[in-house]
Amino acid sequence: MSGPSLGPAADGALVDESRLIRADLSPGKRLAALALKWESLLFLIFVAMMAANSLLSPVFLDPANLLDATFNFTEKAIIALPMIFVILCGDMDISVASIISISSLFMGMSSASGAGTTAIVLVGLGVGLAAGLFNGLLITRLDIPAVAVTIGTMSLFRGVSNAVLGDQAYTRYPASFGELGQGYAVAGLVPWQLLVFAALAAAAALVLNRTVFGRYVYAIGNNKTAARFSGVPVQDVRLAVFAATGLLSGLAAVLLTSRIGSTRPDIASGWEMDVITSVVLGGVAITGGKGNVGGVIIATFLLGYLRFGMGVMNVPGKVMNIITGALLIVAILLPRAIETLRRRALLGGRA
Amino acid sequence: MGQTILEMRGVSKFFPGIKALEGVDFSMRSGEVHALIGENGAGKSTLVKVLTGVHRPSSGELLFKGEALELRDPTDARRAGIAAIHQDASMFPDLTVAENVFSGHLLRGRAGLLDWRAMRERARELLRRVELEVPPDALVRELSVAERHLVGIARALSEDASLVIMDEPTSALSLREARDLFRIVRQLRDEGVAILFISHKFDELFEVADSYTVLRDGRYVGSGAMRDATVDSLVRMMAGREMGQLFPERPALEGAAERPAALSVEGFSRAGTYRDVSFELRSGEILGLFGLVGAGRSEVLRSVMGLEGRDSGTVKVFGREARIRGPRDALKLGMALVPEDRQAQGLILEMAIGANVTLPQVADLAKGPFLNPAAEAELTKEYGSRMEIRAAGWGENAKNLSGGNQQKVVLAKWLATEPRILILDEPTKGIDVGTKAAVHAFVADLASKGMSIVMISSELPEVLGMSDRILVMHEGRVAALFDRADADEDSVMRAALGADEERGAAS
Amino acid sequence: MKELLKRAAKRKEATLVLLFALLCALVSLRAPSYLSGKNVNTIANDSALLVIASLGQFLVILIGGIDLSVASNIALVGMTMSLANVAFPGLPAALLLPGGSAMGAATGAFTGLLVAYGGLPPIIASLGTQCIYRGVVYLVLKGSWVTATKMSPGFLALPNTPILGVSSMVWIAALAAAAVIVFMRYTASGREVYAYGGNKTAALFAGVRSRKVEILAFVASGALAGLASVLWVSRYGVAQSETAAGFDLQTVAACVLGGVSMSGGSGAAIGVAIGALFFGAINNALTVVRLSPFYQMALQGFVILFAIVSNTLIDRRNQMKLAARRSV
Repeated sequence: MSGPSLGPAADGALVDESRLIRADLSPGKRLAALALKWESLLFLIFVAMMAANSLLSPVFLDPANLLDATFNFTEKAIIALPMIFVILCGDMDISVASIISISSLFMGMSSASGAGTTAIVLVGLGVGLAAGLFNGLLITRLDIPAVAVTIGTMSLFRGVSNAVLGDQAYTRYPASFGELGQGYAVAGLVPWQLLVFAALAAAAALVLNRTVFGRYVYAIGNNKTAARFSGVPVQDVRLAVFAATGLLSGLAAVLLTSRIGSTRPDIASGWEMDVITSVVLGGVAITGGKGNVGGVIIATFLLGYLRFGMGVMNVPGKVMNIITGALLIVAILLPRAIETLRRRALLGGRA
Repeated sequence: MGQTILEMRGVSKFFPGIKALEGVDFSMRSGEVHALIGENGAGKSTLVKVLTGVHRPSSGELLFKGEALELRDPTDARRAGIAAIHQDASMFPDLTVAENVFSGHLLRGRAGLLDWRAMRERARELLRRVELEVPPDALVRELSVAERHLVGIARALSEDASLVIMDEPTSALSLREARDLFRIVRQLRDEGVAILFISHKFDELFEVADSYTVLRDGRYVGSGAMRDATVDSLVRMMAGREMGQLFPERPALEGAAERPAALSVEGFSRAGTYRDVSFELRSGEILGLFGLVGAGRSEVLRSVMGLEGRDSGTVKVFGREARIRGPRDALKLGMALVPEDRQAQGLILEMAIGANVTLPQVADLAKGPFLNPAAEAELTKEYGSRMEIRAAGWGENAKNLSGGNQQKVVLAKWLATEPRILILDEPTKGIDVGTKAAVHAFVADLASKGMSIVMISSELPEVLGMSDRILVMHEGRVAALFDRADADEDSVMRAALGADEERGAAS
Repeated sequence: MKELLKRAAKRKEATLVLLFALLCALVSLRAPSYLSGKNVNTIANDSALLVIASLGQFLVILIGGIDLSVASNIALVGMTMSLANVAFPGLPAALLLPGGSAMGAATGAFTGLLVAYGGLPPIIASLGTQCIYRGVVYLVLKGSWVTATKMSPGFLALPNTPILGVSSMVWIAALAAAAVIVFMRYTASGREVYAYGGNKTAALFAGVRSRKVEILAFVASGALAGLASVLWVSRYGVAQSETAAGFDLQTVAACVLGGVSMSGGSGAAIGVAIGALFFGAINNALTVVRLSPFYQMALQGFVILFAIVSNTLIDRRNQMKLAARRSV
């Protein structure tokens, strides 16, 4: 369609079509921007933390040791992936740990009634998906804030486990089921879990950066109304995101239940805070629309190894919380402070 | 007319990279209604924000009642006796009318506790003065827009304000409501209050204002008595040049009556918003849709596009009944809506120009689930260049663009879907005069190439200058339908104001 | 009068009161002792702590936030006050009540400062301070407990000294509720919280200082959590790092149940108090009808969801009625 043109003839050099997505920056500026990027900063902190840990404890840097340590946080890291999407959409899901609980409950029940490993896994994933759909449907069909809904389902899902189990536990699982969460691959060195996480992280990055779905997620997080006016199926995307969060929480439940070999009602309690912390620390804006997978992966490993390193030095996990909390606060304060200073300098320069 | 109450001397306000106000001199007397005139972006709202203590001027001084006045925050302004009634967002919908009237200076009784009974009673008095019949205990959420404005005035009265700023107070009012408002405004003026009145509608400025000041590009252009001014003289001052032919020449549509309907809207109703709206858009015509804000124009078309619900009504696209559940369905039928509010509805400000332009059809351009950057770049380049979007690159965020360029991105985004039916909602709202003319020429050209266009507008000259036929809505109903030849300012305006309801039957 | 009744019926609290009555009636059918004076007293006692802490959470939710540090505040302040009691058993225990409030106000103010001056969203700021405060408790106690045997008798008697047949804890909760109700209804600062939560732009024009309101809300939340903490540790006779774990969500739940909108700006203190009492009544009902206490959490979740969904549907219906009333 050779349509009309607005105003006088185009003066050619207005635009450079090669820069569709990336901002217009010189190589030097691009390097500076990279250095100032949150991910880079996080990575530096990560390296410093690893260095400090290995100085304090010589056994820390042993590769087998480091790989084994990932068992302690891979399940959380798996849930952090869909949580990135949730928070990018401007939503919040604080029911993830409770989904683990209810999903593990049903796995325990099916195992007790004689189901095999495949069936148990399917039950775990299915219950997680159903729980996520339940959240998503309430949030999108009735248009209720996600925090409000998931506070409710957080109680409800774990409450069901409490009601069924009381002070009992399911502890009998088939031997092959136990392999899932504690097995190794690649010459018996790399935990299975870690490979699963790596695959999922790659998939998450791919979906977020290279697919229409990812584009929609960013559009929704930045401006729901404009997204809707542009034909973005806002509620369907959000529903899918909550469903995926449920499904991956179910997967985390499978791995965790397999690893610890039992289902208790307080399984994974408090995990939602750890997951949200690593997502926010990873540079995803709590207001939505900004952030990416890379930062969150670094943040998850940072927190995981910090906890592990302190564990090696016999520092209790509760004390670790102080550092987590402080990191969370500083993670948001710091960029803001830099921005404020920069703006002040800019204003001072212009006035 | 009283003494000079307010004087601004050489007031400037700079933001990073923007000179919003530059050396503005401005003065007002008590007991006058003073019109502040200028295009969007001329600096009117910055001036208001300086006067209400939201912004502190970068330089210059303010004299109020003969004394230097320094405003650190909105409270200072209110204490000094300056009250503003903003066009939006100045009410607390979940609080009562009485509390809204006294917000910021709630009345206290014994022991410093709030005296609700006194507030209710005082509020009742004030409501009577502005002739508003609602109980002080009603929630503001339950009031109409016009009623909320009157609550705003009652609030200004409650503070004994000596300067009241009204920012586009009639933009959402019916004629009767506006007339009532003007009566109250004059009453205030006669009591010695100075009123700064901001409006884009010249007819009401001539009706209510005593004097005027014109701003352009953040600078003072001139002021004078309203009775010595004409529309032409004011427009000249606003635009800074003689206004020539504003609208493109358009020959009468050939064989208008025989042309098939591109879009037929039948029996649209939604409780509380519009009722029994039917019309036809002929192929290749520009159908102007005129009406005051709040007449239900945008709502009907948003419902046609499936963006909002309705209680009843059917849509036919090129003679075929269509079920449109949202913009994606509309797009497949060759329809596009360019929404009214660029920033809230049109753009994802934090995303690149390219990503904005391709958003409606990004799924169609994609290879399976994966984005197709090459196809996106091509489409962006084609329409971005045609619209002459001025930007450093297509990767630049939409938020860094000027208002006019943002509007071009929104237009490019929808034209890129190559629609056969285009709905434009206030396409020139808030754009400078030069770009406005360009948009008009562009739209006329699209129509001449066969596109069928519905143009919603609140500006009468635009509707009269551009349309083949004009559909007028009043309070949710179709009030009249004119051929271009039969339409003039007076008849269209009368229909929009509901002055002759019986014409509605003609459509 | 009719108008007044109509208005009352429109309020969300009305639905809650109806539900409450329904619950009482149903439970009484099975266990007539449920509404006996003794049991009502038990319900009041069991809900008192939740009433106090929820009223603080209420202010933070009103400004459109959420305070996740309520429970860890209770743990931190409760530990400090019980340690103070252990160290200075001669000090009148009643002094620890204002002491706890003051300390809670300070810890709350810290979160408030992060929100007001650091620009942190309330949920993140309080998540951060939650981790820190609970961590500090662990750091100080090194996992040990401050137990009743170390506390003074006066301290342990704080919550359950009867006054006119009702325990002091219930009196304190009632006083706190009355104070919050009066503050929110009859002081300019209280109204500013509503104004700010309802419409931030308009509040700015009305001269409301956003930072003041944000800090105020967190100070109130902290102070009430601090007050509750003293009663908590003295009632249960133990202070440890897990004290009140999970309590944050119960306070949020009480607010939601009380008709407070999670998006801020609307809700009433009296509703929150009733909501918290309702929780106490439900938990008590479980015991009375001999259901396992393990059902408590599931029921809580169900009640929260029910409240949110019904509030949403009521709002939506009101909105539609309003629209239909406007003449077209």
